[in-house]
Amino acid sequence: MKSRSEWVLPVLTAAMLVAALYLAFVWAPTEKTMGHVQRIFYFHVPSFFTAVVAFLVGMVAGIRFLMSRDFRFDELAVSSNEIGVIFTSVNLVTGSVWAKPIWGVWWTWDARLTSAFVLWLMYVGYLILRRSVDEPGLRGVVAAVFSIFAFVDVPIVYMSIRWWRTQHPQPVMFSTEGTLDPQMCLVLYFCLLAMLVLYLCLLQIRRRVERLRHETEGLRRLVHSA
Amino acid sequence: MNVLRAAFAIALKDLRVERRNREVINAAFSFALVVLLLFSFTFDPSGEETREMSGGLLWLVFSFAGVLVLNRSFARETSNDCLDALVAAPVPGAAIFLGKALANALLLLVLELACLPVFGIFYNVRWQVNFGWLLVVFVLGTWGFTVIGTVFSALTVNVRLRELMLPLLVFPVTVPALMASVQLTTALFSGQPIAPELLWLRLLVGFDLIFTLLGVALVETLLVG
Amino acid sequence: MSKEPLIAARGVWKFFGDFAALREIDLEVAAGTTLALLGRNGAGKTTLLRMLAALSSPSRGSVTVGGWSLRQSSARARLGIIGHGIWVYDDLTAQENLEFFAGLYGIPKPQPQIDRWLESTGLTRVRHSPAREFSRGMRQRLAIARAFFHDPDILLLDEPFTALDDRAAALLSGLVEQAHAGGHTVIISTHQLREALALATDVAVLDRGRLAFRGPNTPELQAPPEDFYRQFTEQNAG
Repeated sequence: MKSRSEWVLPVLTAAMLVAALYLAFVWAPTEKTMGHVQRIFYFHVPSFFTAVVAFLVGMVAGIRFLMSRDFRFDELAVSSNEIGVIFTSVNLVTGSVWAKPIWGVWWTWDARLTSAFVLWLMYVGYLILRRSVDEPGLRGVVAAVFSIFAFVDVPIVYMSIRWWRTQHPQPVMFSTEGTLDPQMCLVLYFCLLAMLVLYLCLLQIRRRVERLRHETEGLRRLVHSA
Repeated sequence: MNVLRAAFAIALKDLRVERRNREVINAAFSFALVVLLLFSFTFDPSGEETREMSGGLLWLVFSFAGVLVLNRSFARETSNDCLDALVAAPVPGAAIFLGKALANALLLLVLELACLPVFGIFYNVRWQVNFGWLLVVFVLGTWGFTVIGTVFSALTVNVRLRELMLPLLVFPVTVPALMASVQLTTALFSGQPIAPELLWLRLLVGFDLIFTLLGVALVETLLVG
Repeated sequence: MSKEPLIAARGVWKFFGDFAALREIDLEVAAGTTLALLGRNGAGKTTLLRMLAALSSPSRGSVTVGGWSLRQSSARARLGIIGHGIWVYDDLTAQENLEFFAGLYGIPKPQPQIDRWLESTGLTRVRHSPAREFSRGMRQRLAIARAFFHDPDILLLDEPFTALDDRAAALLSGLVEQAHAGGHTVIISTHQLREALALATDVAVLDRGRLAFRGPNTPELQAPPEDFYRQFTEQNAG
C-alpha cells in the first residue's frame, strides 16, 4: 500500500480547497457592479496561472528528457502537461460561466479567453500527438520538441491577440485602473496557493499512473519479443 | 561543408523533384481555388465588408494549401528511406531543416502569387497598390508558417495519421504569424500606408527569428532520435 | 594488438521504452578489418549498425569513429552505408542523384567520379533517365554507386545481399574485396553465414542485444555447424 508520506499532499489539498471555498464564497466581500458572479474570479484566474506553471514544468521536464533520455522526465512532462490541459479547461469553462451574466453571451473573443483557447488547443494537440506514436523513445522526443515550441509561443500568442483586440474593441473583464480590494487580493492569493497544491497533488498521482503504464508497456513488449 | 550551401543543395533537390512530378503544387493550387469558391457562399462576395475580411480570407486559403505542401515535405523522403541518407550524410541537421523550409516557403510563395490575381478578380480586391510591401508581408508570413510547419513535418513523419496531425499542431502555434499577416494584408489591400502597422511587422520578424533559431537548435535531436 | 581502434562502441545501450535492444555493447574495430556481424533475427544487428551509421544515438554509452563522435560531420563523411532502403530519389536521374549526394559530401568537382561509377555500375547509358524507370537491378546498382562513390574508408552494410540480383551482388562483393585489399574497414551484418564468413577477417555475434562473441575468423568458424549460434548463446547463458 501507499506510504504515509503520500497522504500528506491529498489531505493538505482537501483542507486548502475547503478553506478556499469558504474564503471565496463567504469571507470575500461582494463586488459592487458584478455582484456574486464575480466570485468565480477566485478560481478563474488561479486556474490559468496554475496551467501556465504546469506547462512550464512540462517543458522543462521535456528538455531534461531530451538531454538525459531518462523516461522519468518524460513521465513528468506528460503528467504535468495533461494536468495543465485540465486547468486550462477549468479556466475556459469558468470564463464562459462568468461571461454569460455579465455580457449576456457564453463566449467572447476577448484577448484572455482567446489566448487560453489557443493554449488549450496546442496542448490537446500535444496529447493527441503522444497517442499517435507507438515507440516510447520517439514519442518522448517528439512530444518534448513540440512542447518547447508550444510554450515559447505562449507569450507571443498572448501579445498578438491583445494587440489584435485593441484594434477590434471588445469588452474587458477587469478595468486595469482600479486596484483590487486588499481582502479580495488576499483571497485570490490563497486560492492561487490552493490550486498550486492541488496541481502538485494531481501531479503526484498522475506520475505514478504514468510510471505504471510505462512499465506495463515495457513488459508487454518483452512478452511479445520473447 | 557550409550549412547554407548544403541547405541550398537540399532545397534545390526538393524543388527539382517537385518540378518533375508536380506532386504538390497542382493539388494545392486546385485546393486553394476550391476554398476560394466555398468562401463565396459564406457571405456576399461583392459587399463592402469583403475588403475588411480580405486579408483573413487570403491567409486562410494560404494556410490550408500550405498544409498540403508541408505534409509532403518530409513524407517525400520516406520512400526508399531517403531521410536516412540525408541524416547519415556529413551535413548538420540544421542544413536539412533550412533546406526543406526554404523549398517549402518558395513553393508556397509561388502558390500565393498564383492565387493573388484570382483572388483579386473573384473578390474585387485591388492588390496591385502597395504590391512591394505586400510581397514583404507574404515572404515574412510564409517563412513563419513554413518554419513551424517544416519542424512539425519532421516531427510527424513517423507518426500515425500524419496528414491529420500536422494541421492540428501547426495552426494553433502559427496563430501569431497568421494574425500579423492578416492584419498587414488587410491594411495593404485597403491602400493604407504601412507605417501604423509596423508593430505587426516587427512581431512577424520576431516570430520568424525565434522559431527559425528554435528549429535549427532542435531539429537534430528530432532527426537522429 | 595495441592498434588504436578505428570504430569504438563503448558501453552502448539502446532502449526502446523499457526494452533494451542493445545491452552494454563494447566493440572495437581496427582499421583494415572486415567484420561479420552475425546474429539471429531481432538480435540487434540492425540497431547496432544504424548507430554506427549515425542514424540513431545510443541511449547510454558512446560511439566514435577515428576518435570523433558521429555528431561531427567529418566523421560521417568517412562512412559508406548500404541499409535496407536504397536511398536514391526516384524522380531524379542517376546523374542528378549522384550530383546531389556529391554536394552533400562536399566533393568539389564530382563529374569524373560520377562518370567512373556510372561506368563501373553499367548505368552510363541511362544516366539521364529518372531512377523510377530503372529495373530493380539497376536501382540496386545505383544505390551501390551512391553509397561508395565518395570513396569512404569505412563500409557499413546491413544485410546487403538479401535483395540483390546476381549482377549487383557480384558488384558488391567485388567492391568489398577491393575495399579490404585497399586497407579499408568493412562491417557486414547478415544472417547468411557462408557468404559473410568467406569475406570476413573478424566475427562478432549478437545474441538478444548482447555481444556474445568477438574474435578473429578462424577455420573452425569457417565450417559452421547447423546450430552455429548455439555455441555462443549457451556459453553466454552459462
